[in-house]
Order: sequence, then C-alpha cells, then structure tokens
Amino acid sequence: MDDFNSDTDSDYTSYWRDWFISSRGNEYFCEIDEEYLTDRFNLTGLNTEVQYYQYALDLVTDVFDLDCDDEMREQIEKSARHLYGLVHARYIVTTRGLAKMLEKFKKSDFGKCPRVMCDSQPLLPMGQSDVANTTPVKLYCARCEDLYNPKSSRHAVIDGAYFGTSFHNILFQVYPAMSPAKSQRRYEPRVFGFKVHAAAALGRWQTDERERMKERLKGARVETGFEAEDEELEDEEEDEEMEGDGFEGAAVAQ
Amino acid sequence: MSSSSQVTESWISSFCGLLGHEYFAEVSEDFIEDDFNLTGLQSQVPMYKEALEMILDVEPEDDEDEEDEEEEEEEDDEVLGDERPAGYRRTSDRRHLRIASDLSVIEGSAELLYGLIHQRYITSRPGIQQMTEKYELQHFGTCPRVNCNSCKVLPVGLNDIPGQETVKLFCPSCLDVYTPPNSRFQSVDGAFFGTTFPSLFFMTFTDLDIGGVRPASTGAADALAAVHSAAAPDGKSRNNPTPPNLITSINGVAPHNLAPGLGPGNIYEPRIYGFRVSERARSGPRMKWLRMRPTDVTELDETRRYWEEHDGEDGTRPDDDDMNMVDVAEGKGVRRKIIGRRRRANGSAATGAGGGGGVSPMDTNGVAAAG
Repeated sequence: MDDFNSDTDSDYTSYWRDWFISSRGNEYFCEIDEEYLTDRFNLTGLNTEVQYYQYALDLVTDVFDLDCDDEMREQIEKSARHLYGLVHARYIVTTRGLAKMLEKFKKSDFGKCPRVMCDSQPLLPMGQSDVANTTPVKLYCARCEDLYNPKSSRHAVIDGAYFGTSFHNILFQVYPAMSPAKSQRRYEPRVFGFKVHAAAALGRWQTDERERMKERLKGARVETGFEAEDEELEDEEEDEEMEGDGFEGAAVAQ
Repeated sequence: MSSSSQVTESWISSFCGLLGHEYFAEVSEDFIEDDFNLTGLQSQVPMYKEALEMILDVEPEDDEDEEDEEEEEEEDDEVLGDERPAGYRRTSDRRHLRIASDLSVIEGSAELLYGLIHQRYITSRPGIQQMTEKYELQHFGTCPRVNCNSCKVLPVGLNDIPGQETVKLFCPSCLDVYTPPNSRFQSVDGAFFGTTFPSLFFMTFTDLDIGGVRPASTGAADALAAVHSAAAPDGKSRNNPTPPNLITSINGVAPHNLAPGLGPGNIYEPRIYGFRVSERARSGPRMKWLRMRPTDVTELDETRRYWEEHDGEDGTRPDDDDMNMVDVAEGKGVRRKIIGRRRRANGSAATGAGGGGGVSPMDTNGVAAAG
C-alpha cells in the first residue's frame, strides 16, 4: 500500500478505486481490474472525452504525484470519476466484468423491482444512452422487461452512460440461465369487486397480443419463457367457474 | 365533547402524524359517529367499544352504559365535572387499572378499527375529496417506471381483509401496482386503503390529467407513434368510423387518460450495440404486451367490434347509442351518418334510433338494451 503513497495527500493516492467503489452512492459500480485500466487499447478515444486525461488516469491507477492547488486537484478528481465511469461501461461487458456484475446482481446490490407482480426480482443498472451526460442511470427488471428510476436520489445523479445501453442485455445473452421466468400475472383494477371496464378491456387486448406472440414463438419453435404455473393458473380459473354448476356438472364437463 | 381533545392532539391526528402513516387521511369524527358507517366492524375488531372510544378520545365509561344511551351522556358530563360521587370514582379507578394492562391491546384494536373505517371513508364523498388534496400534493409519491414520467400514484390494497398484504401504490398511467419505495410503509396494512379506492378515485375525477410530466424530448416518440399509426395497414382502422381526435371517451375514460404511459414510444426496446434483441432469442423480449396499448383506441370498444364481426347474423343487434362505448364530441352527426351508410350496405334491419343520448357517461352501459 505504501508503494502507492506519494508525499502529497494519502487520501487521494491510496487505492483510489477501493475508495471510489466503497464510497456512498457508488454501490452500482464494480472494481475495474488494474490490467484492464493499464491497457491503452481499452481506453481508446477517452482522452478526448475527459479533461486532464493523463492526471485522471494516474489518479485512478494510484500513481498520481502532481503538486497542485486544491482547485486543480478537485478538477482532476472529478475527471477521474468521469474516466472511471466511462471505462466502467466498457469493462462490464467483458467476461470478467460481466462475472463481477453478475455477483452484484445475485446479491441484489442494484435493488429489487418495485413492481408487485415481479416478486422482488433483482435489477440491473443501465443507461438510456451511451453518450455521457445524457440521462441518469435507470434500473432494468428482467422479469417485466421495463425500466425504473432508482429509489435513492444519490443514485439518480449517476450518469447512465457509465453502464451503457447494452450491458444488461449482454448479461442475459451470456448467462441465459439467469433470465427469470416471465409471469403472466397482472394487476386488475377493481371497484367493489367488479373489474374496471376500460382497464379490463385493455387487459384483454394485451392478452390477445401476448397469445399472438406465443403463437409466433411456437411457430418458430422457440421457448416462450413463461412460468409453467401460469398455465395451471388459467386452468384453475376455469375450474372455479365450473364449480358454480355443482359437483356433478363439473364432473361431467371434465 | 371531550375537553382532552382540545388540550392535546386528538388520537386521529396523532395516529396520522406517525412515521409511516403519511398515506392516511384524517377520518372526520362525524363519519365515525354515524353507526351506519361502522356496520359489521364490531365482529372484526377485538375490544371494539374500547377501541372506538380511544379513536374518538372519549373517556372510558362503565360497562352498563352500553345499555342506556341517555345515561351514557349524563355520565359523560359527570366525568368532566370536578365533583364526582365517591362510588363512581372508585369504579373508574378500577377501570383505569384494567385499561392500563390492556392498553396495548386496545391501541392495536384502535389502529385496526381506524384502518377499516379509513378504508370506507376514503371511498365516501368527503374522504375521496380529502385524498384528492393529498394526491395533488404528491403525498403518495410518483410511479417508479421511467416511461410513466413521474405520474402521481395512489395507495391501494391488494386485499380488503386486514393482515394479508401491505399497502401498494397504483399508477394510473401504466395500470400497475408497485411497492412503496420507503420500507416504513411495509408495516402499513393494504386493507386500510382497500382494493376499490384508486380506481373509484379516477372514475370520480375524470377531468384529472393523469399523464405525469412529459419531458420536452418526447416529440420524437410522438412522431414515431404517428408514423406507426399512419403506416398501420388499413385492416385495423377500416372499421373505425370516427377519427381518433374526435373521441372524448372510450369505455368511459377519456383517451388521453387511458393508460397514457403505455403504447408505442413507451415500451422498452432492448438493444445490444444499437441492434434490437430479437423476440426469438432465448433471452429476447417477451413482456412487451404488458406495456402495449392500441394506437387506435377504438379497437378497445369490444361491443362494437363484436357486432361488426357478427353483423347481420341475427336480429338482436343493439342500436347505435347502446352499442358504442365511444363518446364523440362535435363530430357525432358525422359518425352517425357513416355508420348508417355502412349498415345500409350490410343490409341490416336495425334502425338508427338512439334519441339524443348526448355525451353522458351513462351511455357506456353496453348491450343491456338490445333491440
């Protein structure tokens, strides 16, 4: 550790990346390997994106030893965080990066889906743009395939480009087994027990769309990926309706 | 009535002021004092009478008081008076001792009872009005879904029976339910809000613009949606006699308030390096249906679609006004004419009766009055 300490300020020079990923608000980031950071090829083009690029890179790789005033140091610090984020977006689509993010995903480090029907499905961070300073980070739920805003305001200010538009989709391409079974369960708005007509009509229309998609997939001999229990659920519903006819009627019908 | 409620905060306002109880409205005492509103709750709440007294900040009374209402009022006054008969004081002290040991039980019962009354109150006229103010002030927060553009949400229960589920949030923009972001709401029972409230709320206040704040950059998405609808083959819109911009109500909801967070432009499209992930990929998109909405909302008018498909098969076709779940503003006459023309072409025997139904929401009763 002492090797990396310069004679200026130990706070800034000792294992900058450790400090960065463990500081509050940076929970979504994983640690980028030293080797990845020091391979110039991986940083292609970033020198035009980041101010004080060389100093920022030195800071990130713990070899920063420039004597400068606080204002300058702050600028470099800011650039270092930006640089780390941009490299992060590239790193997490590599094999090692994916594995690290998968571990964090399994631990629900990125939070859980707020949608009730998703049963606390772990989320993944994503950006809606690969260009820096466009939109803040969003969270992707693989169960309902939708995007959500982070709960905490300290995460809502992280740039989405630090995760990118592709990472979360690549993760499920590389680890298809991690893709959760999709659920057909949905919320049905009701008033005094009666379904609300407008919502129910839209729901039926959506169900038709879903069945059409299933037919398409069946035609292409692709697994639909829906929960097995969904089919049972529908059967149960039909059974319930039949029960009204009495036991004999139900027995005959079956 | 009771002097204590003026001196200190009432039980109701202190309950609503507790951490995690931010979603609750303060039920008016008038509502609680009307026995009709409490029908059936006695059997659901243990120590019902004590709990009710606690909610209303009424001093505890002797058990016999239950039998005689008038006596109860008299003794109520006596409790407040400085001079009390010695005998009364003794029984009262004894009661207080008992109450001290049962206080936590009664407190629990009072919270349950208040919650159940609250479930009924927020569907009543003053209650729903009170909830409107809380809704406008964003007391219930906003939808976490990105494409709902921070649309304001309402609390909902997934069950009307207490003890089953905690409170959830209903988003009118995507018609879905979400877990509140703060864990302190995970101790609040969903039954205290009930399954009916949010839907009834939006049926009551149809003029509310529920869409949320649209960022200025959605112009592109809208343009895309317009292109989609224009490019849609005539097959779908052929049956539509009304230009979409004339429709004021579809299935009883204004089209701009029917799930505005869904439909083209609001569905996430997974991409890798800019290329869309195929539906046929093993981990390709499968859930788009959940966020879909027809570009042409008249597709959702199931009654009319049914009769158009079964036209001329039998003579039970309902007349125009009963059949159409679509309300049209100014262009009503135009639409009538078109329908009439098409029907004549189909050789249907039904006559375009109707009779000035106007744009009343009661039009939406469907096939009930089939000819």
